Amino acid sequence: MLLIPCPWCGPREEAEFHYGGQAHVAYPENPAALSDEEWARYLFFRDNPKGVFAERWSHSAGCRRWFNALRDTATNEIHAVYRVGEPRPVTS
Amino acid sequence: MTPRPPGAHLPEHPDRLWSAAEPKAAYDVVIVGGGGHGLATAYYLAKNHGITNVAVVERGWLAGGNMARNTTIIRSNYLWDESAGIYEHALKLWEGLEEELGYPLLFSQRGVLNLAHSLQDVRDSVRRVEANRLNGVDAEWLDAAQVKEVCPIVNVSPDVRYPVLGATFQPRAGIAKHDHVAWGYARAAAALGVEFIENCEVTGLRVSGGRVTGVDTTRGAIAAGRVALCAAGHTSVVAATAGIDLPLQSHPLQALVSELLEPVHPTVVMSNAVHVYVSQAHKGELVMGAGIDAANSYRQRGAFHIIERQMAAALELFPVFARAHVLRTWGGVVDVSPDASPIIGLTPVDGLYINCGWGTGGFKATPGVGWCFAHTVAHDDPHPLAAPFSLDRFVTGALVDEHGAAAVAH
Amino acid sequence: MRRENGGRIDRSRTLRFRFDGQEYTGHPGDTLASALLAGGVRQIATSVKLGRPRGVFSAGSEEPNAVVQIEEPFPEPMLPATTVELYDGLVARSLAGQGRLATEPDPARYDAVHAHCDVLVVGAGPAGLAAARAAAGAGARVILADEQPEPGGALLGSPDEVDGVPGAEWAAATAAHLEGLPDVRVLRRTTVFGYYDDNYLVAVERRTNHLGAAAPAHVARERVWRIRARQVVLATGAHERPIAFAGNDLPGVMLAGAARTYVHRYGVLPGRRAVVFTANDSAYAAALDLAEAGVEVAAIVDVRTAPGERWAARARERGIELLAGHVVTAARGDGQLSSVLVGATGDGGRSIDADLLLVSGGWNPVVHLFSQSGGTLRYDEALGTLVPGASRQAVQPAGAAGGVFTLPGCLADGAAAGARAAGPHAGPHAAEAPRAAEPEATNAPAYWLVPANDYSAHFVDLQRDVTVADIHRATGAGLRSVEHVKRYTTAGTAHDQGKTSGLLTSAVVAHALGTSVAELGTTTFRAPYLPVSFAALAGRDRGALHDPVRVTALHEWHVAHGALFENVGQWKRPWYYPRPGEDMETAVLRECRAARESVAAMDASTLGKIDVIGPDAGEFLDRLYTNLMSSLKVGSVRYGVMCRPDGMVLDDGTVIRLADDHFLVTTTTGNAAMVLDWMEEWLQTEWPSLRVHCTSVTEQWATVALVGPRSREVLAGLAPGLAVSAADFPFMTWREADVAGIPARVCRISFSGELAFEINVTSWDGLRLWTAIMDTGLVTPYGTETMHVLRAEKGYPIVGQDTDGTVTPHDLGMSWVVSKKKPDFIGKRSFTRADTSRADRKQLVGLLPEDPGFLLPEGTHLVSTATLPEPPVPMLGHVTSSYRSAALGRTFALALVKGGQGRVGERLYAPVAGTLVPVTVTSHVLYDPEGARRDG
Repeated sequence: MLLIPCPWCGPREEAEFHYGGQAHVAYPENPAALSDEEWARYLFFRDNPKGVFAERWSHSAGCRRWFNALRDTATNEIHAVYRVGEPRPVTS
Repeated sequence: MTPRPPGAHLPEHPDRLWSAAEPKAAYDVVIVGGGGHGLATAYYLAKNHGITNVAVVERGWLAGGNMARNTTIIRSNYLWDESAGIYEHALKLWEGLEEELGYPLLFSQRGVLNLAHSLQDVRDSVRRVEANRLNGVDAEWLDAAQVKEVCPIVNVSPDVRYPVLGATFQPRAGIAKHDHVAWGYARAAAALGVEFIENCEVTGLRVSGGRVTGVDTTRGAIAAGRVALCAAGHTSVVAATAGIDLPLQSHPLQALVSELLEPVHPTVVMSNAVHVYVSQAHKGELVMGAGIDAANSYRQRGAFHIIERQMAAALELFPVFARAHVLRTWGGVVDVSPDASPIIGLTPVDGLYINCGWGTGGFKATPGVGWCFAHTVAHDDPHPLAAPFSLDRFVTGALVDEHGAAAVAH
Repeated sequence: MRRENGGRIDRSRTLRFRFDGQEYTGHPGDTLASALLAGGVRQIATSVKLGRPRGVFSAGSEEPNAVVQIEEPFPEPMLPATTVELYDGLVARSLAGQGRLATEPDPARYDAVHAHCDVLVVGAGPAGLAAARAAAGAGARVILADEQPEPGGALLGSPDEVDGVPGAEWAAATAAHLEGLPDVRVLRRTTVFGYYDDNYLVAVERRTNHLGAAAPAHVARERVWRIRARQVVLATGAHERPIAFAGNDLPGVMLAGAARTYVHRYGVLPGRRAVVFTANDSAYAAALDLAEAGVEVAAIVDVRTAPGERWAARARERGIELLAGHVVTAARGDGQLSSVLVGATGDGGRSIDADLLLVSGGWNPVVHLFSQSGGTLRYDEALGTLVPGASRQAVQPAGAAGGVFTLPGCLADGAAAGARAAGPHAGPHAAEAPRAAEPEATNAPAYWLVPANDYSAHFVDLQRDVTVADIHRATGAGLRSVEHVKRYTTAGTAHDQGKTSGLLTSAVVAHALGTSVAELGTTTFRAPYLPVSFAALAGRDRGALHDPVRVTALHEWHVAHGALFENVGQWKRPWYYPRPGEDMETAVLRECRAARESVAAMDASTLGKIDVIGPDAGEFLDRLYTNLMSSLKVGSVRYGVMCRPDGMVLDDGTVIRLADDHFLVTTTTGNAAMVLDWMEEWLQTEWPSLRVHCTSVTEQWATVALVGPRSREVLAGLAPGLAVSAADFPFMTWREADVAGIPARVCRISFSGELAFEINVTSWDGLRLWTAIMDTGLVTPYGTETMHVLRAEKGYPIVGQDTDGTVTPHDLGMSWVVSKKKPDFIGKRSFTRADTSRADRKQLVGLLPEDPGFLLPEGTHLVSTATLPEPPVPMLGHVTSSYRSAALGRTFALALVKGGQGRVGERLYAPVAGTLVPVTVTSHVLYDPEGARRDG
């Protein structure tokens, strides 16, 4: 049970959150212009790093806001959280 | 004094298993990952295809990843034809495997019940049973009373939150002892000349001119004519070193065991709606699992609330478990694909083959995967049973979606 | 046997209990183990594999041998007798490897509680008490948890003094002091068993176990504590470790510290004549205390050639023979220890009569929780054991858990750790460490294994019957990893999870392989630290509380009128309303006829309802739905389908435009929460510039579907102010009106093809509306089954029944709902993928069995041939819905069939129970294909 620092509510139990996978995967500007391969990449391919991962969470049992987090998938340590639209923070 | 119960200990392992090898400079085939799939692939490469200059490279101890961490359920009652093909091939191999490997695998065809708790579960279950039969997979639909006959401790009372409305039953399904399976393959492969290199992590794939040439490891570079990935939860990490992206996400999957108990549970029970799967292993311990942790992680450890929910589900189905004790919990890292089906086959890099995306269900497929993947590596061409599971399906959209109407993905 | 006095037991009360059919007595404060030892019972269990007798080996939760089955007051499998507090009426029996579950339901309650603190101190021995006192003194909010019924830890089993008073008294006083502080919680009988990310620890408190049958039913038997701590101090103590020698499993062989605990804490002499076998000084204290208490200590066998001088002198003073540089080469006896063979080497030697053999191979810090926390462990050559290394979380070990093995050392270490943990809270008044006498420390090299030619009775894991010979067999088989050896031999996998055997196993493997424990490592320390009952972890999340039960505002009426219910998601929905003597088929046919021929009503309140509000609401819905929603006029209603990006149907429902900037979206019952999540995700993460808010209003509205040719008549009667004619109130529009005197929103929509109205009122008024409708005497209530039949006759799919995540709107014959005008919507791009645009995709069709009375089971597959070939049989599709139709006067089905839309008129076959049932493919719209009935 992680303690996730919601940027709106502060630290809350993981059970209050919904996981949303990789962050910063924008819906394509013009899907019709994409090849099947490019569209498949949008649909199905997401990064899966062992290490720092920019990912999305929704505080679904709290403020219901989506936000992003930088979490190390090897340790589960959360390095930063930031609101949607904010750039990915630089962490050491 | 009570008499000693039978079965509370296991048959002995053989006196000789395998010898740890030092890496040689080059092999015909390097298999990355010494889990069940890697070992079975090595065995069938040697046995079926005569390719014996093979090294299985394992970052930890042999079969110490998901092979050591799964709940050992074996079944082939999947919905789609493609799945039924490869899982049933595996089950047929299981049925002769003790003899094939000359190893006591404790393969026990005690049947698997997949419970239905809603009218839609019932429809989906009948659909799967009927599909199974037409695919040559044994399957039955049981009503609640018949479920009770197969497994008397299941609570089929209508007065529970999600009553058991029935179940699918595959009599030929069952369990086996995972370590025995891995070691059986390892021993048999070793006898055919395959080498096992433990404590040797692959840090990179070597590619030259679009063709794989070997692997870099924590114990030095190893040249290889062909490289076969059987790295389960770590497949993405290894494949990325050759610039290959895969539609995989790695998640922890937890399991647990109880203390040894007198026999109470004669079969395997799985439930999706009341999410848990349970069997009683040979020594008497209850072996249980449930769903993956939601967030990606490479930690072989999950969150505790997942276990608590699993226990609540277990007691809904099996009130008699109330005072059993959780003895040990653990986690593995599973690689989950978008359609809950594996990815097997060739890659954009010549001589590099992938076998991944098995998610929570890889153990049962071990012999079938080994057979088909070895064929794929040996012939540089997908085995017909593996062909539907190509990477290309994510582009065409021809998914093998086992989420919807299949049972718990395990 | 019981000493005449002493011990922390209440001799004024006698407790009666039975073990293996024999009656015994004990006292409050006893464990089952101490009471059995007092009663002279030596054998408590039989080993699982070899059937060897086993006795009490320890005095705590590390017990590998004396594991028992509780039979009364309620069966509980496999508890170490050393952890079972004695109570009156306890009935237990010895075990031979497998426990027994009760066949009757467990009547006890279980619960869980969340707690937060600045400092969690695990363990209330000297270090833990000192840590808690220091942290609390510095103003921190402290939780102190200890698995024993009283605080004190090792102090309870020794005569040592702290601050000039006996240790147990000091512990009691310190705990009382802590409990008097407002921000300190002292949890007794509470084992912290798991340490997870972000300093989340889980403990179980045994609240009523020790009361036996007298336990009050209203108090939870066990309670799980979910603790989030800023800082953790692990004062978990140390376990004494055994030495492997021949016959070291005989009843009468016991850890030295445990024997000392039995003497001091329980007033029990675990034997009459003892030999002590040690590799360190600590066992001397045990020897002297036992001698003082009246046990004849025949000899101290010390593997060291130069034992600590002061201890040696005290032993000699006491008249105890000291055999330095000697080892016990064998423990002997028939069923229990009767003599000990002592020699200067590994074999043979002199026989000494004894019924008790105390063993100490040194001490292992209890590092389980530290390891679980992610901290690294380091092998300390000087201590011959694993000690905590670098920590990854805010945690520190204290006292013996950190490798500090003297009492003053533990007190000082604990106080310092407590002060550090209090951190910023620590003021100038941080407590001084309690004081105790300093013993001399001497070197104690690790000693694991008495060399021998035959290792077949040198037990390493007592509970799993694993010997040194077994381990040698494993290494001989080629295994080099201690994890492999564990699996080969099963060492460390028993009930005690290798608490006493784990490091010994590693040492024996290292010895066999000619390497070091440091090099080899050990197996992983996994949660739980102690076995925890399933019921405790399930807590209250069982039965009705397993998942919330959701009912509509009309639920009472449905119950009162005999409805049978279907679980749909968390909702209880009326399935059908059988009248006396009716089976389901009869009831559903009757309900269907009422809807088609007269008027019927259904509680549709469970459909998800989402308010979508804002200037960009239309644009937003255009992006989500396959069809155009922004063009919907205020006052109108439109059916819509949502797809996933991969083009597969996600959900469907109607959309009502209430105002320019206000839509009300309905969803399927089961998908309501998912669709709201879906909308919010897209809004917040992809289109934050859209000015739209989404709010679930499912529970705010009660919804009644009034269906049938006479529905207009009924509505007109209830809503005299509403113009209900087809012209005034056209299909797919809505009106506000008073219905039965209740302000209502009435929609003219139909999920049956009949003239129908959907009446929405606030939930508060739902039952009043429904009752008014039923009071007309014209209206038949119907449930989900009839609803399914009616919609299927019209070919309307149910998402999740006629779709399974692999079906597009086109597959459902609903290309009309897919906009060709919109440049994009979620899913559009996927329709042109190779597989999604195939002509032979599975498509929704109708099926008519050639025998009009034959009902195809849902889930049945379809084949093209009149005889079945050998498997695998090519399948064309499957039956998704199948019913008896009152309107059609026959059975029918919906099916997804390969290229189905091109197969209308074809004959296919459905394998059912060994026969092939011929069916004809038809359009999926079987009833009123012209849509003539919707206006009544």
